[in-house]
Amino acid sequence: MGVEPREDPITAAPHPPPRRLYRPRDHRIVSGVASGLARHLGLPVLAVRVGFVVLLGFNGLGLMLYAAFWAVLPLEHPTGEPRARRDWAALLPFAAIGAGVVLLESLVFKDRVDGTAGWLVAVIAVGAGVIWHQSDPARRGHWADNAARLPWMSAVVAESERRSFLFRFIGGGVLVAVGIIGVVAVYAPTGSTFSSVINGVLFALVGLVGVGVVVAPLVWRTFGQLRSEREGRIREQERAELAAMIHDQVLHTLALIQRNSTDIKEVQRLARGQERSLRSWLYKPTASPTEKFGAALEQAAAEVEDTYAITVETVVVGDTDCDERVAALVAASREAMVNAARHAGVQTVSLYAEVEADELSVFVRDRGAGFDLDGVEESRHGVRGSIIGRMKRHGGRAEIRSAPGDGTEVRLTLPAKEGVTVSKEAAK
Amino acid sequence: MTESAHEALPRRLTVFLVDDHAMFRAGVRAELGAHVDVVGEASTVGEAVSRIAATLPDVVLLDVHMPEGGGRAVLDAMRKSHPQVRFLALSVSDAAEDVIGLIRAGARGYVTKTISPDELAAAIRRVADGDAVFSPRLAGFVLDAFASRPDVPIADPELDQLTNREREVLRLLARGYAYKEIAKELYISIKTVETHVSNVLRKLQMSNRYELSRWAADRRLV
Repeated sequence: MGVEPREDPITAAPHPPPRRLYRPRDHRIVSGVASGLARHLGLPVLAVRVGFVVLLGFNGLGLMLYAAFWAVLPLEHPTGEPRARRDWAALLPFAAIGAGVVLLESLVFKDRVDGTAGWLVAVIAVGAGVIWHQSDPARRGHWADNAARLPWMSAVVAESERRSFLFRFIGGGVLVAVGIIGVVAVYAPTGSTFSSVINGVLFALVGLVGVGVVVAPLVWRTFGQLRSEREGRIREQERAELAAMIHDQVLHTLALIQRNSTDIKEVQRLARGQERSLRSWLYKPTASPTEKFGAALEQAAAEVEDTYAITVETVVVGDTDCDERVAALVAASREAMVNAARHAGVQTVSLYAEVEADELSVFVRDRGAGFDLDGVEESRHGVRGSIIGRMKRHGGRAEIRSAPGDGTEVRLTLPAKEGVTVSKEAAK
Repeated sequence: MTESAHEALPRRLTVFLVDDHAMFRAGVRAELGAHVDVVGEASTVGEAVSRIAATLPDVVLLDVHMPEGGGRAVLDAMRKSHPQVRFLALSVSDAAEDVIGLIRAGARGYVTKTISPDELAAAIRRVADGDAVFSPRLAGFVLDAFASRPDVPIADPELDQLTNREREVLRLLARGYAYKEIAKELYISIKTVETHVSNVLRKLQMSNRYELSRWAADRRLV
């Protein structure tokens, strides 16, 4: 009852938003390209701006690049969401600047128009490719959703995107061609002047980018498919584990309860045990009872619950590692719980444990019959040996407060430091 | 004489149930019928918000886990506009972040669904009277959350620490003591115990310390 499918704590934790490259709406001089880049790369804005200016020296490359970024970087959305849709209008300023550059260069260096035209084609192609690529993730997510529901769809969808595939292929092809032509045309005739080497390298880069534009989405999609496949496998595994747990425990218990429905004690015992194991499965971080104080105490309480058909309301504050002394404290606590279960005649026992810097303390309390301490203590081995004696041997203290009709509380304390204990144990 | 005594009896409290399990609502309604008036039920967040505003009960019994945000969403929607309505979390959940989260959002207390009908009725009355209701488990969570961690800066020392007395009271609550027994143990009046508990609740709801909800979330991942 009341156990809803819970959000996985790991995915529920707020993820930092993925770092995307935007042109910010604020902090911009022209269009925000430099500050967007600077923010994304974690560089000072001034350095990026200087970089653009320096690149101007190479056939106006800085301006080209700036225009390219301007065209392809999405403007930061007011809500922080990127614009998912393809925005061809973004190409306009970019084309205009390109044309302007061609015009300018044709006026200033009358002989270099050819090279500049090549540049322009290359940059436009790059821009188009990048725009295509950027607009893609939303749709990729859409495909992935469809594919998750209908596994056969993924193959069809991947194949049916002919238009973009063609576009990508042609765009990339043009880039490659431009790159090759550029290398041959610029590099071959003049030989080894510095600027021609630079131009050759740049055209080679353009060619590489072309190859990248063609291949990158394919690679990306393959990775995406692998990832979603793996996630699916993990989900399936978790589901199987849950199903196995429910089958082994819950269903068996329910079957037992149906068969023993007349035996109220037994039904209660089964339900309690089941509740506890489900709870610890759902909510508790798993820890081994041999390693952690809290887990050991809870296990002891669970054993008492099962054996004596009572409820032990367990509250543990803080935790510490188990050692011999802590184990003794747990054993003494268990004995106190057993006593309460056997003699108090109540359905509920409270167990409270607190781990402090200097001391571990455990309180076991019931509101049952209670007893006269002086009357029983001499003959009762459980109290004397298993609780008081055991705590003393390990450097701790046990105090029992009880009065007939007023219930009983056993208080156990164990100093965190071992100094006193060791000498006592050695002296024995 | 008998008539005036009759009038002096406190009026029956009105209670609203929010839980997505109809079986559980029916059970609680049957159990509480002798003590309070159950004036309404809701199984979803939206239904709860509109019907609580319409019925204006004294106390809302609020489930933690429900679709569409759970009890937390109901609290967030109602706290500002209806400060006179008191909320008592009634949950099967044992997870610290659920419990602390709901208390932080403004619930006046937290009890588990295994609570006995009489204890539940008593808890409802206490909440209606403006007092806080801490189950032993909640007291344990709070002690854990306020346990001193030297590496975290304290934003507001007044709020972000429990006094020794408050700590003492919480410990006794966690040990299974009733208010009456705590008062006896500490040689203070029951009223003082109630004050301490209410102060702890206030600190819990207002404290910045350790970003309590984050603490609770982290705790599960340890």
